[in-house]
Amino acid sequence: MSFATKRLGKELSKINNSLPPGIELVSADNFEEWFLDIRVLDNNPLYANQVYRLKFKFSAQYPIEPPEVVFVKLANRPIPIHPHIYSNGIICLDLLGQQGWSPVQNVESICMSLQSMLTGNNKDERPAGDEEFVRGNRLRPKDIDFYYHDNNV
Amino acid sequence: MDTDDDFMSNVSSEEEDMMPDDSDNDLSGDDDFDFDDEPDPDIDMQQDFGQKKKAAYDITFKVYQPQDIQKQQDDLIKEVNMILDINKEEAAILLRHFRWNKERLIEDYMEKPSQVLEAAGLSESSAEAPRLKSIPGFVCDICCEDEEGLQSFALKCGHRYCVDCYRQYLAQKIVEEGEAARIQCPSDDCNLIIDARSLDLLVTQDLTDRYHKLLNRTYVEDRDSLKWCPAPDCQNVVECGIKKKDLTRIVPTVACLCSMRFCFGCPNEDHQPAPCDLVKKWLKKCADDSETANWISANTKECPKCNSTIEKNGGCNHMTCRKCKHEFCWMCMGLWSEHGTSWYNCNRFEEKSGTEARDAQAKSRVSLERYLHYYNRYANHEQSARLDKEMYLKTEKKMVQLQKESGMSWIEVQYLNSASQALQTCRRTLMWTYAFAFYLARNNLTEIFEDNQKDLEMAVESLSEMFEKPVQELADSKLKVDIMDKTSYCNKRRVILLDDTAQNLAEGRWTFNVEFTNPTPISNTKGSSSRR
Repeated sequence: MSFATKRLGKELSKINNSLPPGIELVSADNFEEWFLDIRVLDNNPLYANQVYRLKFKFSAQYPIEPPEVVFVKLANRPIPIHPHIYSNGIICLDLLGQQGWSPVQNVESICMSLQSMLTGNNKDERPAGDEEFVRGNRLRPKDIDFYYHDNNV
Repeated sequence: MDTDDDFMSNVSSEEEDMMPDDSDNDLSGDDDFDFDDEPDPDIDMQQDFGQKKKAAYDITFKVYQPQDIQKQQDDLIKEVNMILDINKEEAAILLRHFRWNKERLIEDYMEKPSQVLEAAGLSESSAEAPRLKSIPGFVCDICCEDEEGLQSFALKCGHRYCVDCYRQYLAQKIVEEGEAARIQCPSDDCNLIIDARSLDLLVTQDLTDRYHKLLNRTYVEDRDSLKWCPAPDCQNVVECGIKKKDLTRIVPTVACLCSMRFCFGCPNEDHQPAPCDLVKKWLKKCADDSETANWISANTKECPKCNSTIEKNGGCNHMTCRKCKHEFCWMCMGLWSEHGTSWYNCNRFEEKSGTEARDAQAKSRVSLERYLHYYNRYANHEQSARLDKEMYLKTEKKMVQLQKESGMSWIEVQYLNSASQALQTCRRTLMWTYAFAFYLARNNLTEIFEDNQKDLEMAVESLSEMFEKPVQELADSKLKVDIMDKTSYCNKRRVILLDDTAQNLAEGRWTFNVEFTNPTPISNTKGSSSRR
């Protein structure tokens, strides 16, 4: 049993027991790709009454390496508007990059961080250069060299 | 040329003088490259033709081998370890945090030890040194393992993980991310840095080796006065006290023990007599064929104040440089404050009449021809230098053949080797004289420069011709004398040219047809931001 599998197995049994409010497991059929739904808990008008779908991809190195986490667009699951979320679902969050990641983080803690990232936002906008990025980007999220300069949003 | 022995003796006699002090780097002493026992040379002018002549283009530098680099660090660590009474691993972490500026470290540490320790990623606690333990009831937060007798490890912060996870984590950092000096505790938001002794407890020998290699790399990169020799497979380091601001007045060529000659001021090989900034401009210009360069010139402009490269990807003509906050108009590059109310439509640009535009076009054609004149000569010498290098490989064969056919001894055929060396070095100098001349304004100095250039070029070409003669003719003793004479003549002409150019540069007497500044780094930011 690989490193990642063992850890994910433990995480899954914990998730199946209980999850914080606003976070729901959609599917975890294997130890490579999971789907979860999140929603914000306050009544921030930007995100009220919306549910968002997250896709987690785990490498064999998880949790030493961070998982790849993106929002997925479905008929009833939009991509949340946020200055650090591109319209193709790619999230610019230091905790998901090699520098900000700690192996102590887990699926649940990532979901909670994303929840609070949405809750704390009041800007109805996409990142600068969103259109160009979405058109031109062929890289996997982990290979993008985001430049974290603004820690307030 | 200096021998290895010279360098080695210098190294050992200089060790006490090695101070990691940026403001006053002590590189002086008896370590001149070409001449020993020379007084401490100033970077500016040396006209002391007193006892031994020192060329104006010579600079002071020193070559270190890997073991010297290790010893420098060890000595500094030992010193801090004794003065501050902290263990060696922690002293090393502190020194790295202060970029090896020992004085500042000691001063700051004396003043506010706990803040310094915290900023460097060390714990104040005097708990025993970390070691592997097996604690009953322990569960690893990374792999969720809870087996009985599981070996675990924690730094002084007490964030405890099982040995396997720690190993995986360290391997990931060292191998995949190339990190060594700043590997933190795996816990979220814990800034404690892993020290070398803890690392030794946890990982295998090959990882430790790589870890120490990476640490040496950061040591050299952290110090402005050190630079790796760029030759492939060479592990030496060159130390030179040249400062960025000196680069308009001096071309700091250094030579490694491996005979690699390179510039200390920029990432290029030896480019005397042209100064770094002109070399950068020239290389950029020559690379203009490339798609990237075309794109950059078509889509970006440089901030008129700080020269940062800026891409305008939408919006109006009112630009505010993100770096220096300079406000200017994208169209005319003039001050924005002078635009009055004519926002979003720069009249100053449109006023330019059609004739002016045509003039500009004609002008650009002339300037292209001028460029090509210099470029062709530059490229020609570059290619010839390459051919001469191939020639050199054949020379060795020639020398062996010559020894057989003429009965000359090994020593007696060495003149061919010297000739080949001289050809390559002179060609390289000539190549850069053309790049240099491209940026020179026409005046008397320039004419003298071109005369020197012509003399060197003629000498080099005639030496090159002699050098290529077949072996039978080379055996002729008259030709041998001619080649030896020409070789020394070439070397002399080169020294004259470089000396003259370097003196004028140091005195600021050249007039350039471009603005000549210290190289400024291109700032480029992309992507968005985030939070925790």
